[in-house]
Amino acid sequence: MSGTSTPAQKSRLRTALESDLFYTFKRSPVAVVSTVVVLVLVLSAVFAPLIAPTNPFDPASLNLMNGFTPPMSPNDFTGETFFMGTDDQGRDVFSTILYGMRISLFVGVAAVLFAMVLGITLGLLSGYLGGWVETVIMRIADVQLTFPSILVAMLIFGVAKGITPVEYRDQMAIWVLILAIGLSDWVQFARVVRGATLVEKNKEYVEAARLIGRRSGAIMLRHILPNVLSPVLVIATISLALAIIAEATLSFLGVGAPPTQPSLGTLIRIGQGFLFSGEWWILLFPAITLLGLALSVNLLGDWLRDALNPRLR
Amino acid sequence: MLAYIIRRVAQSALVLLIVGLVAFAMFRFVGDPIDNMLGQERTAEDIERLRGQLGLDQPFVVQYYRFLENAVQGNFGVSYRQGRPVIDILMERAPATLELAAVSGILAIIFGIALGVFTAIKRNGITANLIMSGSLIGVSLPTFLIGILLIYLFSVELGWLPSFGRGEVVDLGGWSTGFLTASGLKALILPSITLGLYQMTLIMRLVRSEMLEVLRQDYIRFARARGLRDRTVHFRHALKNTMVPVITVIGLQVGAIIAFAIITETVFQWPGVGLLFINAIQFVDIPVMAAYLMLISVMFVGINLIVDILYFFIDPRLRVDRKGGH
Repeated sequence: MSGTSTPAQKSRLRTALESDLFYTFKRSPVAVVSTVVVLVLVLSAVFAPLIAPTNPFDPASLNLMNGFTPPMSPNDFTGETFFMGTDDQGRDVFSTILYGMRISLFVGVAAVLFAMVLGITLGLLSGYLGGWVETVIMRIADVQLTFPSILVAMLIFGVAKGITPVEYRDQMAIWVLILAIGLSDWVQFARVVRGATLVEKNKEYVEAARLIGRRSGAIMLRHILPNVLSPVLVIATISLALAIIAEATLSFLGVGAPPTQPSLGTLIRIGQGFLFSGEWWILLFPAITLLGLALSVNLLGDWLRDALNPRLR
Repeated sequence: MLAYIIRRVAQSALVLLIVGLVAFAMFRFVGDPIDNMLGQERTAEDIERLRGQLGLDQPFVVQYYRFLENAVQGNFGVSYRQGRPVIDILMERAPATLELAAVSGILAIIFGIALGVFTAIKRNGITANLIMSGSLIGVSLPTFLIGILLIYLFSVELGWLPSFGRGEVVDLGGWSTGFLTASGLKALILPSITLGLYQMTLIMRLVRSEMLEVLRQDYIRFARARGLRDRTVHFRHALKNTMVPVITVIGLQVGAIIAFAIITETVFQWPGVGLLFINAIQFVDIPVMAAYLMLISVMFVGINLIVDILYFFIDPRLRVDRKGGH
């Protein structure tokens, strides 16, 4: 992550290891621990098919007799043991978490990327062009900021669900979620990029580029954009934690990932149903995973914000 | 100053018109209203007649105007799912949400300010530091997990408090209240803590940082030098001067509490407006969604407007700075 921020002629890795950012990183135990947690979780999500003992979505591998097996103790009927127990249908909880984390992370990352691209584009346009473009974009941003983003995401999800035909709703749910969370989150990117663009566009290098006759599009993309990226990086990390929680919240409320493609939120929703009958593991493990993921991404974002802020050095 | 207020009111009206347009577009284009109202056995004449009745053959602007006219009168059409006027359903559900929001808000304000003052005064104490670290976890925990955690502790393990519903309610002329029965009050405890916790930590952190800022000022030092007691200095002199930003945040958070009630109401199956909205999304009940959107935006925009104008009156410095708006 720190390697990409310092492009250099010699060895990129070398420069990255010698950079200020990496130095402060090494000195912060919180940052190191949360990076390790994030890496472990992301890798186990990416390689879920290799790590997971069973494929929870393959009906052939499921045995209903295995249902409600407590963690680390053999099942009464089949004698099989599961690390984190099984749910009502005999699915291994550990495997469902790995596959669920894939969906949570995919939706979170895709939504933030979408919000980032949209926000950067609109921010650059409104900052560089000014005039009525700026007025329209920033007014829309103001209106959207009046409402909590989770509410905006719910509404977009509801409307998109209404537009998609019934038979495609479950398949489309993941994409609709990405659209909803992404659209609810672009405003901060646009605001920050616009602010930075307003500062950059009066600097000499932009003037020079304009004088040699580069077109506005090229100036925005090649000259201004690289110089406004570091605050964007900070917002993106913090947004990722928020997007993961937003996705989990929507799925928990039943307006997100469907039970056929459960994310961590869907798993918690399912697990809540077994809270009273004593099967605590179906709820507890997905909840802890979600918490660990969101908390470590959040801490990483906090650290990055402080590290990239020259006033705090 | 009058110009500023007029401009803010005009802006708010514009926002409401835009939100109205979104709500109207939902009505008009998400699903065909004719399909929703007529059954399978319909003739071309039926369709034409209903189109005429509903005004669907009129130009877009006329239809939009009609929609706004109806909305202002509280007429949002009939719920697809329940077959009853949306406004009736909303009115029936509103007391549950408002009571929950009021209790959580009051809890958040009282405990937020008290803990904020405490952590600011005993800045280096162990308890204050524990509270501060605890609040960090409180901010990171998603609301629904807090709710589940509380249910697990107090309903499943200890069995002290109910985990869902409002308990017994008393009907006071169309307003069903849970304040008057023991079971109603007990049912309120867990949901209101869940809903208010985030706002409480927010207020607490704000009060703390404002207090620390104020306690450094010269007039506090003079007050101490005059030999005033600590309590007088802290509450008379310091706390009073932290209140302007705190009141703004409290005002803006009122809207957030109503919105986040959606999550809390789902966790606790609280029969309020938020649960209604979530169910409406699940079943694509467009009239209910549109009505909720309109209601909540009137509230949000109204609160924003009031806070802005109040701010203007509370803090005289702004009147000079903001000459001619921002």
